[in-house]
Amino acid sequence: MTSGYAIVAVVVVALGTILVGTYGLRVSRTTSDFYVASRTVSPWWNASAIGGEYLSAASFVGIAGLIFAYGPDMLWFPVGYTAGYLVLLTMVAAPLRRSGAYTLPDFAEARFRSRGVRVVASILALAIGWLYLLPQLEGAGLTLNTVTGAPDWVGALIVTMVVTANVMSGGMRSITFVQAFQYWLKLTAITVPIVFLIVAWQVHGSESLTKPEYPVFRQDTEVTFQRLTTIHADAFISITGTGEIDGARVENTVVVLPEGYHRIGQGSEFTFPKDAPVPHLSTMEHNTDEMWSLPMSSGQEFPVYGAYSLIIATFLGTMGLPHVIVRFYTNPNGTAARRTTLIVLGLLSVFYLMPPMYGALGRLYTPELLMTGQTDAVVLVLPTRMIEGVGGQLLGALVAGGAFAAFLSTSSGLVVSLAGVLSQDVLRLGGVRGFRISTVLAGLVPLAMTFISTGMPVADMVGLAFAVAASSLCPLLMLGIWSSRITKAGAIAGMLAGGVPALTAGLVTMFTDTGDAWYEILLSRPAAWTVPLGFSVMYVVSLLTPRHLPSGVQRTMVKLHAPENLGLDGSGSSSSADERS
Amino acid sequence: MTTPPPRRPDPKPTQRVVVTSPRTRAPRARRPYSGTREINEQSELGAVYMRTLIRAQRRLGLSVCLVATGALALLPLLFAIEPELGKFRILGLGLPWFLLCVATCPMLLLAGWFYVRQAERSEREFAELVERP
Repeated sequence: MTSGYAIVAVVVVALGTILVGTYGLRVSRTTSDFYVASRTVSPWWNASAIGGEYLSAASFVGIAGLIFAYGPDMLWFPVGYTAGYLVLLTMVAAPLRRSGAYTLPDFAEARFRSRGVRVVASILALAIGWLYLLPQLEGAGLTLNTVTGAPDWVGALIVTMVVTANVMSGGMRSITFVQAFQYWLKLTAITVPIVFLIVAWQVHGSESLTKPEYPVFRQDTEVTFQRLTTIHADAFISITGTGEIDGARVENTVVVLPEGYHRIGQGSEFTFPKDAPVPHLSTMEHNTDEMWSLPMSSGQEFPVYGAYSLIIATFLGTMGLPHVIVRFYTNPNGTAARRTTLIVLGLLSVFYLMPPMYGALGRLYTPELLMTGQTDAVVLVLPTRMIEGVGGQLLGALVAGGAFAAFLSTSSGLVVSLAGVLSQDVLRLGGVRGFRISTVLAGLVPLAMTFISTGMPVADMVGLAFAVAASSLCPLLMLGIWSSRITKAGAIAGMLAGGVPALTAGLVTMFTDTGDAWYEILLSRPAAWTVPLGFSVMYVVSLLTPRHLPSGVQRTMVKLHAPENLGLDGSGSSSSADERS
Repeated sequence: MTTPPPRRPDPKPTQRVVVTSPRTRAPRARRPYSGTREINEQSELGAVYMRTLIRAQRRLGLSVCLVATGALALLPLLFAIEPELGKFRILGLGLPWFLLCVATCPMLLLAGWFYVRQAERSEREFAELVERP
């Protein structure tokens, strides 16, 4: 499926991002411009920018891939990513804006007046940000690999370079333009192809997507195995090609695979015949299309626990993501922050209608991905597979461009916010220079991490970042905003009690192979136990340490909750000074 | 209430407003017991005003949030208890697909819109309360 058009699309997106960024460079002059776009962004711009930033690799390619592989249980990803904004809207949007915080550590310090709370929040924000950047880079690698055949690290490197250069030169102002532009680009890139694909599906006779049969190859299909893969064939199947099967070298000959498990070596290329049942990956549940379309079909152990853990992580994790919070500072006031969030909710709802359709069509048209395990590629492969000729290639190019936009925009947002945290709390370097140095560091760390991770689906990795955010920074925000009883000690204890286990579980699942141990699900979906832990430790420790109540908590509460136009700041005078120090 | 001189009847009603209301902010700021000042000086009464606002907003936020997300969170349990529900079809889509792809979005949007409306209303009421002399 290597296509010249797709390469052009990726290059255009990368160049376009740099161009819009340079336009931003001409307008951004002061430090304030760099950090917060001087707070002159309207709700629609801001909402598009949030949408552009939020719709990441996980949304663009990952969700479709997971639905394609595991069925409707995975619909909780898009639902959770959207519902997270409802929770954010109702619980934190306006107070967060009114707190005047630019990053989460800023909020922690404004609310608790304590360096200790700030330091812990900074470390967690960095960890979450890097955990979230990693799948973006892996997704970029996958996209470039699918459309050009380049090795995985190339895409990761390109995204890191474009983003770092762009953020360094333009800062937040240009990023707001870039992000808003990216949302509409992504929506177009995912909507236009699916319209054509559905028409094509109708033209092909609108074959049922939920037949009581196992997926079969619709045509002779050439498959490249990117890594050592164990597959299970249900019936004997004769394939041709070059590679390694069960340890034996095969050179361009016909091989008959008997029923059973087979190990296919890395880099093997085989052609599978038309109408043969698709062998499936040994680690994946083998389902007919009908079984696949029913809930609890993913073959995961403890599916109810898994579903609830995912729901908790995504609903509560959104508010703790470092790049989401930064956007609230660019709203002029709390009311605008709420309206922005409501618009975001609408923008996301529209976008998330699309990925499930790709997933469902993939069952019919790209079943070989079930065998190679590269399920994340389903969005990228479908257009060229379903529509012959230039039309399909152009649509494929559009999708590839959109996917690349997704990696660029989310990574930009993350790098901006991580650079903010790094320059203020870790490196302690002020001004534009400090911001630039931090930007480089913020991009390099996850790039290094891509070399040691064990290719799990990108949406799952993003789910882990959400789980850490939900169990550490979410309690800080929710309890900090709505209860005046939370103490410094309670805040620190709660963040650590929720965040450290979640982070550990995430790193263990990402960098080691836990196999099918019974506790695997507790580690890969930790939110259901770490979130209650974080909340309850924060509250109980606060009640036990009433002497550590931060000073001026009433004044802070006035600032968080009173509408801005009343001139209330609880400080005794009626002048409102909400600038950051 | 002053009336315009009878010899020059002015058709614009705005003139009356200008005459009857204070021209500057200065007199307002001098009113001794406005709620704004109570809050800024952190008096008992000011604390009560703020507590009322925070409680109202917290109750509103939590209830909208719990109703919307709670309704969603019932679904996995429902599908686990009664797997046959998954075979039920609406508009050609399986029930889980219909509920999670199609039905949730309008529901979330409606909940969000309701919340924004109510939150802004309670802030307006709060503003009227504390700005009253």
